[in-house]
Amino acid sequence: MMLRIKRVPTVVSNYQKEEGEEGSRREGGCGRNCLQNCCLQGACLPLYAFKKVDRIVAEKKSVGVFEHDKNEPPVAFLDSLLLGEWEDRMQRGLFRYDVTACETKVIPGRYGFIAQLNEGRHLKKRPTEFRVDKVLQPFDGNKFNFTKVGQDEVLFQFGASEDGDVQFLPDAPIDAENSPSMVAINVSPIEYGHVLLIPHVLNCLPQRIDRDSFLLALYMAAEAGNPYFRLGYNSLGAFATINHLHFQAYYLAVPFPIEKAPTNKITTLDGGIKISELVNYPVRGLVFEGGNTLQDLSNTVSDACVCLQENNIPYNVLIADCGNRIFLLPQCYAEKQAQGEVSPELLDTQVNPAVWEISGHMVLKRRKDYEEASEENAWRLLAEVSLSKERFQEVNGLIFEAISYKGNGNGTDSENLLEDANVEHHSVEEVNAINDSSHPAMVTGSHECLVLQ
Amino acid sequence: MESQLALIEQSLNSRYSLWVREALEELPHNFIITDPTISGHPIVFASPWFLKMSGFSRDQVIGNNGRMFQGPKTNRKTVMEIREAIREERAMQVNLLNYRKDGTPFWMLFQMSPVFSKEDGRVVHFVGVQVPISRNKRLTDDGADVTWNEIVFGSCRREVCSDTLAKLGRVLALDTDTNCRGVETEEPCEASDLEKQSAATAISNIFSVLTHYSESTGRLVCGKRCSLPAAGLINSSLNIPLGRIKQSFVLIDPQLPNLPIVYASDAFLKLTGYDRHEVLGRNWRFLSGVDTDPSVLHQVQESIRVEQACTVCILNYRKDESKFWNLLHLSPVRNATGKIAYFVGVQMEEKCERQDRHGLSPEIRQLGAVGAVKVAVRSSSIGASCSKS
Repeated sequence: MMLRIKRVPTVVSNYQKEEGEEGSRREGGCGRNCLQNCCLQGACLPLYAFKKVDRIVAEKKSVGVFEHDKNEPPVAFLDSLLLGEWEDRMQRGLFRYDVTACETKVIPGRYGFIAQLNEGRHLKKRPTEFRVDKVLQPFDGNKFNFTKVGQDEVLFQFGASEDGDVQFLPDAPIDAENSPSMVAINVSPIEYGHVLLIPHVLNCLPQRIDRDSFLLALYMAAEAGNPYFRLGYNSLGAFATINHLHFQAYYLAVPFPIEKAPTNKITTLDGGIKISELVNYPVRGLVFEGGNTLQDLSNTVSDACVCLQENNIPYNVLIADCGNRIFLLPQCYAEKQAQGEVSPELLDTQVNPAVWEISGHMVLKRRKDYEEASEENAWRLLAEVSLSKERFQEVNGLIFEAISYKGNGNGTDSENLLEDANVEHHSVEEVNAINDSSHPAMVTGSHECLVLQ
Repeated sequence: MESQLALIEQSLNSRYSLWVREALEELPHNFIITDPTISGHPIVFASPWFLKMSGFSRDQVIGNNGRMFQGPKTNRKTVMEIREAIREERAMQVNLLNYRKDGTPFWMLFQMSPVFSKEDGRVVHFVGVQVPISRNKRLTDDGADVTWNEIVFGSCRREVCSDTLAKLGRVLALDTDTNCRGVETEEPCEASDLEKQSAATAISNIFSVLTHYSESTGRLVCGKRCSLPAAGLINSSLNIPLGRIKQSFVLIDPQLPNLPIVYASDAFLKLTGYDRHEVLGRNWRFLSGVDTDPSVLHQVQESIRVEQACTVCILNYRKDESKFWNLLHLSPVRNATGKIAYFVGVQMEEKCERQDRHGLSPEIRQLGAVGAVKVAVRSSSIGASCSKS
């Protein structure tokens, strides 16, 4: 049996809306200045190249604090580039609503859940069916994906610097051969600065974590250098609506409840990475922090993610504290929902518990829910998201097996890369084997409504 | 950066009489004082005992943010808790792993307390007291680094006699601690009652010095907020996030008659040559002069009225009466209820900046400041009703 849920898909791009209304169009001078071959010729976008660092950086130094001034990057990544470009799109009217006009509050209580009333986010879209029982599904070029967004929605290209120093180019050609990673706006923002990080957008990777992409997301958190600018990831089956690899991020200067939750240390790995378990939080999950290098931390978490997705367990990831703390949360809400096990009252709120909701930032669609929002209500919803204690233990078993097998990180870089490549290869084949048992080769048609938009 | 140094120098002098430093230096405690109203929230005073314990010289510490003492094993959640207490302007006490200059870590009991101005209830300083925690080996959870066991209790020369008593107290405390430590296994051990007592004493001694020396300046401080911040000023908790924004900008309060400026950034003061107190409370038009085009002023006024953003190029005057072309961008800023709380005006001197072909365009940087202000205002009002248990 195939499990599906009906939900209103989030409109992340203005070009997505269009597609829904008019049916998908084929390329060929499409005239909307998208990221596909038809429009890439001669196209330029700002390019921010970050410096690869070994050590995890803490919060960035702010203004005028003496000695490090000479090393200051040419552009303040978060405060000037990201927010400036974002505000520019706001003034150009690219967003569906002004998110700063949406009421928001901290719900009184121990954890301080955050509620936002957002009546505009889900308007004008009909509920669509989503398949929720397959965490890995092949990319389908016929569905909406980020190569179809307009270039006006892209803020900048983001990648590692080649000469080891931060670089910024206001007008860099898009090097299609190397498929740059891009940061684009989400036209239905849930907070100020809501963007999408799309690793190697032109490679059309499905929503699936790999080591390289995860490291890129960590670098973005480190580059922003602000503990209130966080990145999140939803797997398929855990409320991702677009099967094209992407992370989300936004800027909200209050602590999230999940960041305040007590933790219980499980172990410290060889590389110094500490793994803890959340306690007294409605959703069970793991917290990864520390480690000798950013790459070690990144590899460990991405190996854990790979393990989950290969075992078909939906999950969400929150990258907090400038990339220093990462929360990994396997979940089962969509599955329960598809099987009719979620109470109608919870369903009525239409809250989709993706990474932000799980972290304690609840976006509510009805004024009634906003006004009655309480810690108890938030807790009740999130408790449904969590795996049971037994299942969580079982899943932890899989994760620890995976990371202790791969994650010792004693090998040299090149060994790691090799291993990495193999792992990826392996998983691609596996996915295809799983998904294509009934139809051959890379799926081009939309046969079994893999991700319905 | 001279102006920043001057601000730091002034931080204590403007509030307390001259002898306050000497009095603070005589206190036998490890502590620092920080100023949240200066951008970067720098340390403006470090006690000799603190310097001795940390191994840093005064110059290496003053002007830096307190997080300079944190290192790879500092608990990130604890750091977040301190950050939140600062944001919410409340006192707090935690166990924290800090690092000395030579890189060795040490556990200490960190107690922080805001210093309020008596007259308007605003936070003028934070006092942070550090009491080294004596540790028992068996409680070390990161077994490898036991270096902190050799902690010297440099802070207590005058209390030598109480030291043996302290040890006794600690042993007793540790026994109970091992049994009843909660879920936070990351905490090395609870500070003993004696250590807590010692922190409380330090805070109380420091406050009595600060209060005493503020009396003679007439700008009294106290440890509890005694009055609500006056209308017409921004919430003092906005100071830290706004202070991070490097560009020249002002906030205008549209709720008040005559649209006064209620916040001016350091860069604004630098650009215009005014002191902060000469700017706050004045109408936003005060930079204009005889040659300023009145129709531009009208245009700005109009966009405030219709609550829209606008960009204009306007002739402005500095304090020394020199003129400059100001590329002014003005935008409404909403608070957490979605209502317009301020207008932000970002100034950019129209001149050479365009030749910088490798940087971001001045317009985008200007909009970046608008974005950062929007996030700061929205986020700082979100918790207004937040109750802390």
